[in-house]
Amino acid sequence: MEYILIFITAIFVNNIVLAQFLGICPFLGVSKKVETATGMGAAVAFVLTIATIVTYLIQKFVLDAFGLGYLQTIAFILVIAALVQMVEIILKKVSPALYQALGVFLPLITTNCCILGVAILVIQKEYDLLTGVVYAFSTAIGFALALIVFAGIREQLSLVKIPKGMQGMSIALVVAGLLAMAFMGFSGVDKGLATLFGIEA
Amino acid sequence: MNNFKVLMNGVVKENPTFVLLLGMCPTLGTTSSAINGMGMGLATMFVLICSNVVISSIKNFIPDMVRIPSFIVVIASFVTLLQMVMQAYVPALYATLGLFIPLIVVNCILLGRAEAFAAKKGPVPSFFDGLGMGLGFTIALTLLGAVRELLGTGKIFDMSLISEDYGMLVFVLAPGAFLALGYLIAIVNKFKKA
Repeated sequence: MEYILIFITAIFVNNIVLAQFLGICPFLGVSKKVETATGMGAAVAFVLTIATIVTYLIQKFVLDAFGLGYLQTIAFILVIAALVQMVEIILKKVSPALYQALGVFLPLITTNCCILGVAILVIQKEYDLLTGVVYAFSTAIGFALALIVFAGIREQLSLVKIPKGMQGMSIALVVAGLLAMAFMGFSGVDKGLATLFGIEA
Repeated sequence: MNNFKVLMNGVVKENPTFVLLLGMCPTLGTTSSAINGMGMGLATMFVLICSNVVISSIKNFIPDMVRIPSFIVVIASFVTLLQMVMQAYVPALYATLGLFIPLIVVNCILLGRAEAFAAKKGPVPSFFDGLGMGLGFTIALTLLGAVRELLGTGKIFDMSLISEDYGMLVFVLAPGAFLALGYLIAIVNKFKKA
């Protein structure tokens, strides 16, 4: 039950892009077509889940064990960068089909702040490993959902006339604002669910 | 004179937020008020200047193959330094900005300037580039924060200008960030063409 609550909260109530402002760069950058948005979403889901497991283990068994907590930022970003490279190499060998689909997006992911952000959040919220993984995966689903919906709207947007000054990023941001407003409709759902499941939030 | 040109380039012509559209996450995430936006801008400026100067001084010793990881380590070191200093001296601001301080590491402006400017020029122009870009970013964030604060609560820097009853709370919340920035960029575009 607790996991279902985390799942729904991370996707709808605290959507990583529209409520927490993490991963805006890919959100604005690769959202011109639904197809690429789906690819990016899948790649993020894949890397985010693995990265959270690895950074969690590093935090617990290396940083905490040797009292090196202040090295968190440096350690995490290097681990994530190395991990993305590794995933790319392994994927190329093991599953060329998957590599074909996700390949172009992988290098972009290192600088996607939602990976580092979620890794740090999982530590800050003091989740255990399984909860952390559930949280990371649901966050990634939320990211993919926002990205795909946004890409769908932008595809339609390219067919209509837009005032000159508003073209490009300006109108995209306004659309994102409206989308965020729509997602605000979900606020409070988490508390309702918590009561329904009988969990104290 | 030349350094002045580099400085102004960052503030006006290649303003990281309004023209280059880099570093969108902190731009949207931390500008719920003018003072928060300014704090984030100054924090980023500090890291930007330091990393630009250091990277341009050591660029000749870094093999080309490991260029990017080395830059990231330099940037991450300064971010860690900043985290410790902020935790010690401005704990309140550090708590408000929260996650976005360690996330300066993945701000595209820093790596972008390191790669595009500091890796090619000497330490002195790099210092002015960092200062200019940092100032441009700070001005943009403060402006966006001020607009959101004014529309949302009727205040700027906590000074009340309009009665709070007329505040549109949505501008302090998440959607307002997107809307305000979208319209600010539209206004900048308008001036750019004129």
